[in-house]
Amino acid sequence: MDSMPLKHSSQRLIEPIADHRAGVWSIKLRRRLAERGIEGLLLLAALVSVFTTIAIVAILLWESIVFFRTVPLLDFLTDRQWTPLFDDAHFGIIALLSGTLTTTVVALLVAIPLGTVLAIYLSEFAPFRVRELAKPFLEMLGGIPTIIYGYFALLFVTPLLQRIYPDLPGFNMLSAGLVMGIMIVPYVSSLSEDAMRAVPMNMREASYALGATRLQTALFVVTPAALSGLASSYILGISRAVGETMVVAIAAGMQPSFTFNPLEPAATITAYIVQVALGDLPHGSIGYQTIFAAGLTLLLITLLFNILGHFLRKRFREVY
Amino acid sequence: MTEKLPGAVGDAQRRALRRSIARRKTWDWLFALGGVLALVLALLVFATLFGQMLKNGLPHLSWEFVSSFPSRRASSAGILSAWVGTTLVMLVTAVVAVPLGVGAGIYLEEYAPKNLLTDIIEINVTNLAGVPSIIYGLLALGLFVYQFGLGQSIATAGLTLALLILPVVIVATREAIRTIPQNIREGAYACGATQWQMVSQHIIPYSLPGIMTGVIIGLARAIGETAPIITIGALTFIAFLPPSPLGNSGHLISFEWLAAPFTVMPIQMFNWISRPEEAFQANAAAAGLVLVVMTLSMNAVAIGIRYHFRKRIKW
Repeated sequence: MDSMPLKHSSQRLIEPIADHRAGVWSIKLRRRLAERGIEGLLLLAALVSVFTTIAIVAILLWESIVFFRTVPLLDFLTDRQWTPLFDDAHFGIIALLSGTLTTTVVALLVAIPLGTVLAIYLSEFAPFRVRELAKPFLEMLGGIPTIIYGYFALLFVTPLLQRIYPDLPGFNMLSAGLVMGIMIVPYVSSLSEDAMRAVPMNMREASYALGATRLQTALFVVTPAALSGLASSYILGISRAVGETMVVAIAAGMQPSFTFNPLEPAATITAYIVQVALGDLPHGSIGYQTIFAAGLTLLLITLLFNILGHFLRKRFREVY
Repeated sequence: MTEKLPGAVGDAQRRALRRSIARRKTWDWLFALGGVLALVLALLVFATLFGQMLKNGLPHLSWEFVSSFPSRRASSAGILSAWVGTTLVMLVTAVVAVPLGVGAGIYLEEYAPKNLLTDIIEINVTNLAGVPSIIYGLLALGLFVYQFGLGQSIATAGLTLALLILPVVIVATREAIRTIPQNIREGAYACGATQWQMVSQHIIPYSLPGIMTGVIIGLARAIGETAPIITIGALTFIAFLPPSPLGNSGHLISFEWLAAPFTVMPIQMFNWISRPEEAFQANAAAAGLVLVVMTLSMNAVAIGIRYHFRKRIKW
């Protein structure tokens, strides 16, 4: 904009140079505009993620507010039954939370010990070749679609468990939780291993120099130093288990019931959403709104764990 | 060393010391054994899972299975509409997620100033990666299906999965860009390049292997995603194909297929798993086998690209 007087005065002085300058200037202007335009487009692409978050929160809140106008929050939190589609409708989220909690605990009982031992072994004990083969293999195990694990839980693990414990029902939280645990192992082990590998070598060398064995070094030097990474890998595991859908929907059944017994069938929050989505509920009905209220609960739980993980990472970060 | 330890260390003490060392060594060995066992257990689970599906599914895998529509009779049911649907949905996902994800990654690494907005975007991307996939399904149900009126279409499914894998693509792009040394940028600027010239002629080509790895891993994840697609209310019984993208109704390229109802591989498999008849579960195993082979080969390609280029590029 401030170019106008400049162009004007130079035109008066020397005509050809002015022409040339104006040419250069317009090229520069065009370039600058193009550069700015591209930067704007890239910023827009980056903002899509922000819009996604806003949209998620807005949609969940919007439908949930409508839901909570019909169902008081107190009933939602204290009722022990979840039967929104029955004539005698109850909306107690606890009945779904108990299923989510039970399957998650079973999964973590498998994933955390197994994942940690694997991480320590791969980071501190395994020969180079074993590690080079094991890492991509574990990555592949983590890449298998969850529906495949669901199939495995329902049609292989459950019959196997029934041979040991014949009274086990066809749908049960134990089998779903066990398979989910196996599924989460690669996440826990790969993040934990990364954290342990980031511990500087000279700390291990100092420990060895004092006469410590490998195991002592791994458990009392490397593990404490990598604690923030280990903690956040566990948190990620929890967050995965809470949000996992297909394994529990297939293997744990879709009947909501308030129980913490892993030998019984029960629905998780995610399984309930699947069950409703499979039916043909009209848009705007109370049944339709329940899945958004359940989704909001799920989002809040995972958000809580994400924040906790973030906090733990900061709190326990060792500075070398 | 064992014969003559100096001074006060007596025979008994020496033996106690040796025992103590031996004990520690045993613990070492036991732990290593535990690690190997954990690894073997993972391997065993994978082998059982794969073997189980091979045993039940392989006899059903045939040309007819791949080229027939689902049916009420298990023996003549196939996965034609499922794999066509998966291919088309993945096409939409890739077309949407790649430019957005790569663009966002480039912006965050090369352009973003240190300010509040950048911090918000970064925290946001990290958080989105931790949001369960079924929540994306609810987003799509509320936004794409009802607000935008896209219905239960291929476009809806593709957009949903694109948003789902966006963090994967962004993170992969950023990591790939971060490995490029600063002097490449300085060299380009010294030759008079503008920022976009530098980015488009240097940063993007050099980070391409890393970006491709991320995109393939993201798509491999999207192929197997079941929960968000079920949540948007995709039908499970589809015995027809969407309109052809090529040469339909007088136009060279048509986009009618975007609005078509569809099914995808994992949905088809879920449908068969939930039937009580054993014959359908064998179909599920066969569909699962195809799905696993699809995702594993995509992962293998991604890992291959990473290894190949990690060896070749030396700054």
